Amino acid sequence: MMATAFKSYRPPVIEPSEEGDELLEVAMGPHHPSTHGVFRMDVALDGERVVKLKPVFGYLHRNHEKIAETASYLAAMPYTDRLDYFCSLTNNWAYALAVEKLAGLEVPERAQYIRVITAELTRIQNHASAIGFLLQEMGASGTPLMYAFREREKILDLFEELTGSRMMCNYMRFGGCRVELPKGWLDKVKTVVDGLPQFIDETEALLTSNEILMARSQGVGVLKPDLAVNAGITGPMLRAAGVNYDIRKVDHYGIYDRFKFRVPLGDHGDIYDRYMIRVLEARESVEILKQALKDVPAGPIMDPKSKIRGFRPKVGEAYGRIEAPKGELGFYLISDGSANPYRYRVRPPSLINLTVLEDMCLGQNVADVVLIFGSVDIVLGEVDR
Amino acid sequence: MKTAEEILAAIKQALPEAGVELVPNPSPSAQHSLRLDPAHAVAVASFLRDDPELALDYCSNATGVDWPSREVTEKVKVTKVIEGAETVVEETVKRVEPGYLEAVYHLFSMKHAHREISGPVVLRMRTINRNDQVELPSLTPVWRSVEFQEREIFDLFGIVFTGHPDLRRILMWDGFEDHPMRRDYVDPDDYEYEPTAHDEVLKRAGEHKAGVVA
Repeated sequence: MMATAFKSYRPPVIEPSEEGDELLEVAMGPHHPSTHGVFRMDVALDGERVVKLKPVFGYLHRNHEKIAETASYLAAMPYTDRLDYFCSLTNNWAYALAVEKLAGLEVPERAQYIRVITAELTRIQNHASAIGFLLQEMGASGTPLMYAFREREKILDLFEELTGSRMMCNYMRFGGCRVELPKGWLDKVKTVVDGLPQFIDETEALLTSNEILMARSQGVGVLKPDLAVNAGITGPMLRAAGVNYDIRKVDHYGIYDRFKFRVPLGDHGDIYDRYMIRVLEARESVEILKQALKDVPAGPIMDPKSKIRGFRPKVGEAYGRIEAPKGELGFYLISDGSANPYRYRVRPPSLINLTVLEDMCLGQNVADVVLIFGSVDIVLGEVDR
Repeated sequence: MKTAEEILAAIKQALPEAGVELVPNPSPSAQHSLRLDPAHAVAVASFLRDDPELALDYCSNATGVDWPSREVTEKVKVTKVIEGAETVVEETVKRVEPGYLEAVYHLFSMKHAHREISGPVVLRMRTINRNDQVELPSLTPVWRSVEFQEREIFDLFGIVFTGHPDLRRILMWDGFEDHPMRRDYVDPDDYEYEPTAHDEVLKRAGEHKAGVVA
């Protein structure tokens, strides 16, 4: 029998500072401006210091997975928009990718380019708003968030023109995309993309060496790389901890191997690094967009083999994943040969990134909990599903 | 990245007593999986995580699947004595395949992420039945990432993970009793009567409040 001694990662237990001290139990949320929706943290405080924190989920639970299992494959596509409602296009892509793996469909060149363009625009607007919300919670009411939303507005206008909806895009299909690009759309994207570096410069000039931001975020909410890997943290949070793992580089899904871009990595794994990684990732996304916009080929946007009606993949299963702005978004599907998925599972990055919330908050002040939580960048529609 | 067969061979070599079998996946994705026997699952999982060649240090996804018992119709050839002569007769036999719950884990390696393109390594475990023997060993001690996901499986499917540090309901509230992701789950009858003149509404209202509404 092999020894079963292996390293297990658990949050440390913090003893109260003085014996006989009573702990104060506070329920942060479910209705609190910083909880990004309805989310509760049961916090035990010793003075101002956090000694225990338990997240409470489920306020937005609607059993998304069950609903998708009672509907056809295609009918779940608009529902994926509602998971992370900031990034409906990447949600569409992840689901489409999983179904394409399950059914063995190919995606035409042109559709691949459109997917990359829409996904990178989504990433930029997600990171911009995430930074805006983080600063909002730090007390910088207004300016950073309004700057971010001004730019997000331009990107949402592009989405509206392309898909008919600003946030609930429902754009991708199994084996391609739903509609052809409107006339002159790519030129409009080029104009917006050309203005983005200036916006990022502006944000950086406002924030990067801002004393208050640095004082409140440096060395706060530190996440160590070995814990981050073991706890399945993905996305900017993982890379801020210094782990080089970007699914665009690892899986080369879509056509990401054609573009030259760097993966920014952090050193300290604190809130400041998470902020910085998002800024740098947005810059890299601009680079990808510039390369992708240069050579969008002509051609079909749907795989001719793919069927919209009567779509019944063969018996089997598939797990498909992409690098969504918040982390690894995966879909696991089991087909029994019928028109509905037998099992439909969403691997939500927002929920799994909260696994280490307690570890990051322990020993910190209660005011920092709000910031640490904000730096994770979650959307409750995806956490609770 | 190694294929499922190679990983199976590595497990057999390191842990000969562990029962592991390969489950082929006929879909074009070709993501084959390994079924572990629950008694040795934690040992196998920690081997997969800590072996330097495999280094499957990242458990991405954990989920449950419900397989209720189903009736299978099979054609069996039976030798019968008909009128003194032995003849082979085809008979249709119905038998009930017992149901079970399944936990599925998807593993990747962050350490070897950039070696070559890697698919997931899929692990599966089965419970004995769906009613009273639903325990499986928790893999949370090995991969912290499944802490919330195993709570979710417990909540929605009803698999009890032994060795989980904090096994509570996560999405449903604590007083909830059933497991909504099971195939045979029935919505509770919390119907509220609304006086619309649609036949199906009135019919349901009548079932709900027998005798009150015509």
